[in-house]
Amino acid sequence: MAIIRVEHLRKSYNHAIAVDDVSFEVEKGEIFGMVGPNGAGKTTIIECIESLRHPDSGNITVLGVNPQSNRYHLCEKIGIQLQEANLYSRIKVWEAIDLYASLYRRSLNTAYLEELMGLKEKHNSYVGKLSRGQKQRLFIVLALINDPEIVFLDELTTGLDPQSRRAMWKLVQDIQNQGKTVFLVTHFMEEAEQLCNRVGIIDRGHIIALDTPENLIKNLDIDRRIIFTVKESIIMEKLKKISSARCVEQKDEKIIVYGRSEELVGEVVNMLIREKIYFRHLHIEQPTLDDVFLHLTGREIRD
Amino acid sequence: MRGFKKYLIIEFKLFLREPEAFFFTLIFPILILVVFGSIYGNKPTIFFGGRGTIDISVPAFMAIIIGMSGLMNIPMAVATEREKGILKRLRATPIHPATILLGWILVYFLVTSIGAILLVVAAKIIYNLHFDGNFFHILFAFSLSTFSFLSLGFVIASVAPTARTANITGNIIFFPMLFLSGATFPTQIMPETVRRISNLFPLTYVVKLLQGFWFGTSWGEQLTAIMVLLVLLILGVLISALTFQWE
Repeated sequence: MAIIRVEHLRKSYNHAIAVDDVSFEVEKGEIFGMVGPNGAGKTTIIECIESLRHPDSGNITVLGVNPQSNRYHLCEKIGIQLQEANLYSRIKVWEAIDLYASLYRRSLNTAYLEELMGLKEKHNSYVGKLSRGQKQRLFIVLALINDPEIVFLDELTTGLDPQSRRAMWKLVQDIQNQGKTVFLVTHFMEEAEQLCNRVGIIDRGHIIALDTPENLIKNLDIDRRIIFTVKESIIMEKLKKISSARCVEQKDEKIIVYGRSEELVGEVVNMLIREKIYFRHLHIEQPTLDDVFLHLTGREIRD
Repeated sequence: MRGFKKYLIIEFKLFLREPEAFFFTLIFPILILVVFGSIYGNKPTIFFGGRGTIDISVPAFMAIIIGMSGLMNIPMAVATEREKGILKRLRATPIHPATILLGWILVYFLVTSIGAILLVVAAKIIYNLHFDGNFFHILFAFSLSTFSFLSLGFVIASVAPTARTANITGNIIFFPMLFLSGATFPTQIMPETVRRISNLFPLTYVVKLLQGFWFGTSWGEQLTAIMVLLVLLILGVLISALTFQWE
């Protein structure tokens, strides 16, 4: 059941088309990702859905209503985390949470949320003194404070170290587990792969792909690569006999096995163990959404 | 209006936490008072028609506070909040724009009033300030002047694209007014040509009105000043209503 419906959305700024005839739906309870390079139009799209921007044309329906004409009604039911840092720096953490809680008809217990996001010890700190990760967690508190049905996240992990990033991903999954729908915008393909049930890839204002990450990668028809180093050279023939191995290459001590199927890893490793071949530095390279993007556009997405 | 009380309290706290605004609006006028007071004292003088220098100056210094609130504090605060995305983040909630605007207006009116009260109390204690007017007349004059200048401040905040421009614009408009309107140097010492130029400044009318009612002159005598400030207030409200941007 579609909880967000976007039909033929168009928006230009000063005669430059930012969003060009974009249509898609978001299902209730899913984590939907809008992915693409910076400037592709993602923020414009999400902000039109959030009612912060006015589309030039097209229909948007969120929770059954039009964001433009039912702003206040919709704002009660959605939570938003914006891309830019956007709180007073001389406000304390508890004051910010308290203020935002008071703006909604219904809000969750602020102490509970503060604790949940690990901000309890920063209760009295000024927002300006928080680290980037702490600020992002505060923004999530503010996005969840009204127990929304849909949570909008715009570039949630930009500027975070890998550890914090993963912690954020876990949080997003927890949000989904509470039954909420998540609409996120990101330019990190890995983030989209890890988190999203479905992604829409945006480039230059158009949706160029819309599907689950697995399907998009599968449809790519690109090989996985199993790479390892060995001291023996006799195994080439044996490797070529592996059923899911499409091709095998050797460069000095490095061996690369190409194949499509997911069983390839297991089969290669089993063979190596069976033949008692000593291998090192085994790793797997799989196609990712980055490869999908590259394939669709001929360009790399800049991280 | 939901959240109004909390929003008001937060804006007030934020003002108190800004050292520059706090100092210039609440402390600085008292410093000027003491400087002038130590030079001139408050004995009656022919120069001011039998009134003391401090008696003449206190309503004038109130105009400084009003001017500062309207032309320096408001543009800076509002434009900064817009620039930092604070307004945008607020707009992503059910808050009504009226709540935000009213919050600002009330907080800055409050702050300006506190500054004026501190000034009057200090002048009374140190220099035995005299008051010859009607309290409600002064209240009216003060309120009209403050709201008028707050609306001017909102015009600057609406029109200036960045916080920096808002700050610079406010400064450029405020400082000539500060020195030529009679708020610091009394108009009595100015040559005729300068006095004529000063009639172009809104702050001049605030000084005239506050001084006028401080010494008990009638409504009729202050009609020009009242009209000027009223027109400014209305124009300011209209212009900012039409041009204000939330981002």
